[in-house]
Amino acid sequence: MAVPDRNLQHPGAAVGLSVDDLVEMYRLVALTRALDERMWVLNRAGQIPFVISGQGHEGAQVAITWPLRKQHDWVAPYYRSIATCLTFGMHPRDIMTAQYATASDPSSGGRQMPGHYGSHEHNLISVSSPVATQLLHAVGIALAAKVRKTDQVAMTFMGEGSSNQGDVHEGLNFAAIHKLPFVFVVENNGYAISVPAAKELSVEDVATRASGYGMPGVVVDGSDVLACYAAARDAVDRARSGGGPTLIEAKVTRLTAHSSDDQQTKYRSEEELAAEKQRDPLPRFRAQLSDAGVLTDEIEQRLAADIKAAVEDATDYAESQPDPDPATAMRWVYAEEWPSETPPAWGMGEAGGHGAAGGHGETS
Amino acid sequence: MALKTYIEAIREGLVDEMRRDESIIVLGEDVGKKGGVFLATDGLWAEFGDERVIDTPLTESQIVGTSIGAAINGLRPVAEIQFADFIHPAFNQLVSEAARLRYRSNNGYSCPMVVRAPYGGGVHGALYHSQSVEAFFTHVPGLKVVIPSTPYDAKGLLRSSIRDEDPVLFFEHKKMYRSVRGDVPDGEYTVPLGRAAVTRAGTQLTVIGYGLMAHYALEAAERVEDEGISAEVVDLRTLRPLDKETVLDSVRKTGKCLVVYEDNRFGGYGAEISAIVAEEAFDYLDGPVTRIAGPDVPAVPYNHVLEDWFMVNPEKIANGIRKLAAY
Repeated sequence: MAVPDRNLQHPGAAVGLSVDDLVEMYRLVALTRALDERMWVLNRAGQIPFVISGQGHEGAQVAITWPLRKQHDWVAPYYRSIATCLTFGMHPRDIMTAQYATASDPSSGGRQMPGHYGSHEHNLISVSSPVATQLLHAVGIALAAKVRKTDQVAMTFMGEGSSNQGDVHEGLNFAAIHKLPFVFVVENNGYAISVPAAKELSVEDVATRASGYGMPGVVVDGSDVLACYAAARDAVDRARSGGGPTLIEAKVTRLTAHSSDDQQTKYRSEEELAAEKQRDPLPRFRAQLSDAGVLTDEIEQRLAADIKAAVEDATDYAESQPDPDPATAMRWVYAEEWPSETPPAWGMGEAGGHGAAGGHGETS
Repeated sequence: MALKTYIEAIREGLVDEMRRDESIIVLGEDVGKKGGVFLATDGLWAEFGDERVIDTPLTESQIVGTSIGAAINGLRPVAEIQFADFIHPAFNQLVSEAARLRYRSNNGYSCPMVVRAPYGGGVHGALYHSQSVEAFFTHVPGLKVVIPSTPYDAKGLLRSSIRDEDPVLFFEHKKMYRSVRGDVPDGEYTVPLGRAAVTRAGTQLTVIGYGLMAHYALEAAERVEDEGISAEVVDLRTLRPLDKETVLDSVRKTGKCLVVYEDNRFGGYGAEISAIVAEEAFDYLDGPVTRIAGPDVPAVPYNHVLEDWFMVNPEKIANGIRKLAAY
């Protein structure tokens, strides 16, 4: 039996990806999964109080983020965007310090809940908890890119549940009117926490709505990494060349509960959960690359070792990092300090009671 | 030096800054060819074109949210909300996003932007064209809130707001647009944020106001002068960050404090001023910290008799001064 030539007839060739691209994309999908699984272990062990993850979304996230130019283009991610953040330049340590909310956590210095990633260094906008607000920020970034002629593309991600928010309507309308270099990615996993898509949407596909704004809407199988890449490449090319925004809907599966505070068996049957495992992008992508001879046993073993080491390193590092100092908690309300905004000493809850800490009536 | 109306000063501030810095854009409803419903942006579209003067759909959340993104990527947006009453759809973008972006990213991101909006009653605007909304936003650390009362301050504070590194809400009392005139120098000047002004010196009590109420407070102080009452007037100009020292210095000198605001009395911005004075100047007070403010109805009613009933005016303030002075 002939071994396929991994440099000539590999599955990425049709969409313009190299063998090295495919291996790196696979590494990112597998690394994200391993980090994500470690987060749940740490949560169950009582090490971190909260996990919100992206298991089942990783293939779509890596593939759709892939055509963007790092540290040039922009991403407004959401709370499941671990793979997007790693693909766009964040380090596993950055993800893990966010779980531990350490002072060195680049996303927020320990101020935000886990899952609220962001990195100024990598043009990844800080995530907040109100959903869909980030779409307008990405549209604004795209507006600035057009006005300043920077050749940048802005991409935002969210779930199909969030896509029902009014900010999405307002932002898509504006982006389409001005033909902004903007890509809207919906990771449709079929649930808004517990509410199934049939109760969130009166249409099968969120992408159907794109035509109402005058932009293309594309549906892709979120477990088909190369199909996701092809859709994103087309959308990014269109955006960068002045063709305006695109809506990409990736049909993904949510392999975990909504978060560590959710018990999904209350609203999803065992049969459904078992069936959904068939849509896991990780084994599918691995099989696709193995069958094509791109992912040899040797490469896979090396990657597995690298990933294991990266997860251990990220965990050890995050565990070793200090908590933020409460003395820094008043910083960065504004760019400057405003001493006149400082309340009197007793206003900060210091011991000693009213007037004891420096009021002018203090005499004893 | 030339005599200008309040709105002329604002328009000049916008034009001067846009000429100085090409990263400044203006966006909002009707701000383009029409020049805004009050003409604050009149002439800007003709000079700066479609890319820097952007007519938006009727989408306040988008106006603010897009401004946040544009600011992140190097522009200095000056957004206009047509009436402050209509800013509420953008509340989430202002409070959850603009105000928190710097803090939540540990100074990784910021959004230097200005949101201008006309506020206030006395112009037959009824429930939805008369509101004072400042208290919703002064409550939120991370936002700066500016309400100038004179053309000089309006231009100088607008310049400072545009150049500031944080989001600034810039509220303009619409009754002052064409009724208030004042000297505005020709050359470049700025008025710093976070500084109140003592606009009238006095000895017996301090009247604290902002916006239209800063004018009414001065009128009231003049009315009671003949009666032998000497009232000092403080115009706050910036509500947040507050210039606490100017307020406290004045009250510690006069020993009495009357706070004036047009908004509903309960939980209004003046309530915070009252609390600060009571807490930090207690030993200097010779009377209760008092307030003259709008009545606690949900908004300003339309009929002129009802509107007059709602509005704080110089006579109501003068009565408050008389009572406090006699205490």
